[in-house]
This record gives sequence, structure tokens and C-alpha cells, in this order.
Amino acid sequence: MSINEIRDDFPFFKDNKLIYLDSGATAQKPQVVLDVMHDYYTKYCANIHRAAHGLGNHATKEYEDARQKVADFLNAKKKDEIVFTSGATSSINLVAYGFVKDNFEHVIISGLEHHSNIIPWQITEKALHVIDSKEDLSVDLEHFKSLLKKYPKSFVTLTQTSNAFGITLPIKEMTELAHQYGCKVLVDAAQSAVHTKVDVQDLDADFLVISAHKLYGPTGIGALYIKKDLHELCKAFQGGGGAIKEVTYKNTLFMPIPYMYEAGTQHIAGAIGFAKALEYIDTIGFDFIQKHEKELIDYAYENLLHVKDVITYGDTLNATGNISFNIQGIHHQDLGILLDKQKVQVRVGHHCVQPTMQSLGVEGTVRISFGVYNTVKDVAVFFAALKRSIEMIKA
Amino acid sequence: MEETVYNYKEDFELFDDDMDKYEYIIDLGKKSVTLNEADKNETNKIKGCQSSVWFVVRKVDDKLFFDTDGDTVIVKGLAFILAQIYSNHTPQEILDFDREKLKILNLDEIISPVRQNGFTSMLNAIYARAKEEL
Repeated sequence: MSINEIRDDFPFFKDNKLIYLDSGATAQKPQVVLDVMHDYYTKYCANIHRAAHGLGNHATKEYEDARQKVADFLNAKKKDEIVFTSGATSSINLVAYGFVKDNFEHVIISGLEHHSNIIPWQITEKALHVIDSKEDLSVDLEHFKSLLKKYPKSFVTLTQTSNAFGITLPIKEMTELAHQYGCKVLVDAAQSAVHTKVDVQDLDADFLVISAHKLYGPTGIGALYIKKDLHELCKAFQGGGGAIKEVTYKNTLFMPIPYMYEAGTQHIAGAIGFAKALEYIDTIGFDFIQKHEKELIDYAYENLLHVKDVITYGDTLNATGNISFNIQGIHHQDLGILLDKQKVQVRVGHHCVQPTMQSLGVEGTVRISFGVYNTVKDVAVFFAALKRSIEMIKA
Repeated sequence: MEETVYNYKEDFELFDDDMDKYEYIIDLGKKSVTLNEADKNETNKIKGCQSSVWFVVRKVDDKLFFDTDGDTVIVKGLAFILAQIYSNHTPQEILDFDREKLKILNLDEIISPVRQNGFTSMLNAIYARAKEEL
């Protein structure tokens, strides 16, 4: 398999001169994903879990097969450990209201969390404790241990890979530590799952969240893994059709998880597209993905070192999926505009990690993030455009 | 004001591509005055911009003058253009000037939708200050 063959799978790149280095925000979609969603809407569009007719059964089967595919992808023991949500953000919010709100006082997070893993804990009025980061932005495990000692039986919720800096946390080790202190652990794998094999059993995660659109799947759908042992402790979050066994004016009997958390008509086409995207990743394989993306990171890092006045953050050479930087004396927003005008798409700004940016004393950064379809040439074009932008501003 | 807008329109038309337009805007940004730190305060800061932009208003003989600054050089250049258009006019003249006339500059072609929100915020600030000074 070559990168050119992979690029041919993505209609976005056909006759398109844009250099897309913003897959951390959302990845492009292969044709096979679009095809299965189109098939649902054109050949067997029907609601799921309700109809007695064949179309409905067909749609239900595809939807439930998609759940099984997500379970397999994450190596969950059972498919009913997978809840479809609208994405990682809604998954975290679901856990905040359905599990954490009534069971925990303290929440422990890393210093690299996305706003979506900060705000729900503020809204639910939990005492939030932030693990110190070291100078290289790696997590300070000694501080983590001290927080666990001080606040045992807390809820620990950690990003596996930082969306802004590509730093990967030692999740397995941290989960083990947290469990020693009676904590439950949520892993935010929104950024990591497209770059590395995520195995919920190996990580021993209690909850894990992913978003399809960062995995070459459609927007508006994601998954929440909930370890089976915890299902009894989870409470209903939203009420509606499809989530209940029986409703009277006095009371409602809910279905078990996952259905309890899938009230209302679901994003059926999205789930089907999501599963196809995961299948697509499987056909490429993580060995190939990691080798290729490491080449891109190495090449970018090597070039970045030669950019005058560059400021990098953390262990850039070992970053996963994205690299963040600034140029001394130049605002990242200026670079974003000038790169865009040269048809290079990157993300500039605070990347929804304002507290992390505050701790670094910056407003934001330029972030380049990779998908499996990116080439060394893409990175070379980016650096040529960056050079021109810097020259224009500093002239 | 309209004449200044046309002058900028003519300037922009000299350029074949966006990068040249941006180079011109960057040059304007570099040429514009730099406000002293005391003036870069919350009162003078334009709300609604992605980056920080400040407008200081001076009144001389019934006319308003806008001094601008920003932490990004492109926004500084755009702010400078607005300051040149609206400075040296009375508050009533500013309020009577239809901001739709700025559309001939085609700034929407060279600024992103997010930036356009910031641009609108700058314009709103100019008209608000003119109203205050009536």
C-alpha cells in the first residue's frame, strides 16, 4: 500500500491543490465511508429498534453491527459497553451527569486537557485538581500520586494524547495508579485513537471516549465505552424514545446500557459510516500508520529546527499526530492567515486548551496535524509557505 | 470618507493575488502608530476580535481622529485602513457615512469569516464612539 493509493481513497484530494494539515480538528473522509452512508439514505432508510418491517430490521442490523465494530476496534469485551453519542464532548458530558455527578466530589485531570474535559466538571461543581506538567509538558507522576493520596476515590479523567501539543500520557500506568486509590478513570482518546491502537482492556479504562470525525468518519457521531461492571451505577441522563422499557405517568423503566443512553432517533447513517471508517483504518493497519506518521513528524521536526526564532513546546520529536509552535515576534494568527492564502490549512489559536496556554504564557500556537494521507511533500510545501509568511511579516 | 475608500480600492486593484494585498496590509500595519502601553487598556480594546485591537479616539476641533494598534500585524493594518477612512471627520459625518460603502474594498475576499466578525466589531466601535461624541 502506498500513500498515493491511500490519497486516492479520499475524494477531497482529487483535483485539490490544498495542503490539509488540520486533521487534528477533523480528518478527511474516504469514499467508502460516504458510500455506506449514501446507501443507508438511498436504499434502506428507516428508523431502528422500532419497526416491524424489513427496512427497519435492515437498518437496525447495520446499526448494531456498527456497535460491534466499535467494540472490536477498542477491544471491548462486549458490544453493550459501547454507547453511540454525538462525539467525545457529549460522551464526557454524559459521564459527568450520568455517573460522576452523584458519586464523586473530586475530579483529577491533567494539565493538557481540552476544554471539553474541564467545563463539564465545573458545571457539575466538582472540586477540580490539576496534575502538574513538567517543563517538557509530560505529566508529573509524583504530583499525580500526591493528588491520589490526598483525594482517593476521585474521578480521574485524562487525555491520552494532547490535541494541542501531541504529548501522549502514560495512560496505562496512570490508570493502574488511580485504581490503586479506588478511583475510576475516563480516557479521552479523541486525538489518540487515529494514531495508535487503543485497547480498553489493556488500558483498564473505566470509560473511554472517541469521535468518529477524527477517525476518518462522519461528524456528529462518537462513542463512549463504559466498562460493564459500572453499568449498574450509571443513571439515566436524557429521557426519550428508544431508551425505555415502560413509561407510565408515574414512572419510567429504562432499558439497560447502551440503550438507556441512546434516547431519541440516533445518527444511524453516522454510526454506519463510523464503523466503515474503523474498518478502513484496520485495512491500513496501525503498523503502517505509525511508521508513516513518524516519518512526517521527524521530517517536520527536522525542518522546524532550522526555522529562525522558532519556539516549540514539549517533546516535539516524540509528538503523536501534531506539532505546535510559535515564531518569536510573530502572532500565530498572522501566520494562519498567510498560510491559508498559500493554500496551506493549519490551525492557529488556543486549540481549546486555554488553561494550558495560560500556563505556558502564550495566547496560542500554530498547529500542524497529520492524517495518514499526508505526505512529506505536504510538509515541505508547508515549510516553504511558512518561510514566505515569516519573510513577509519580518521584512 | 468615500474618497479614501476609493483610494484604497484602487490600491487593492493593483494586486493580482491575495498575498500581495496582504503584503500591502502588513506594510500599512507596520507604518501605523504604536500606542503606548497605557492606552492598550480594556476601555480602548475592541471586543469581539480574535486578537487584541485597540482604538484610541482623539477629538480636535470637533473632528475625531483614531489611533489604532493590534498584536497581529495584519489586523493592525486593517485597523489602520479604517482609521484612515474615518479620521478627520466630525461625529455626524461618521454617523452619516453608510458602512455598506466599504464593501467595494472586497475585504471579505481577503479576510476569513471569523476575521470579518472582528472587522465588524472595529466598525461598530467607531460608530459607537462617534455617537458618544455627538
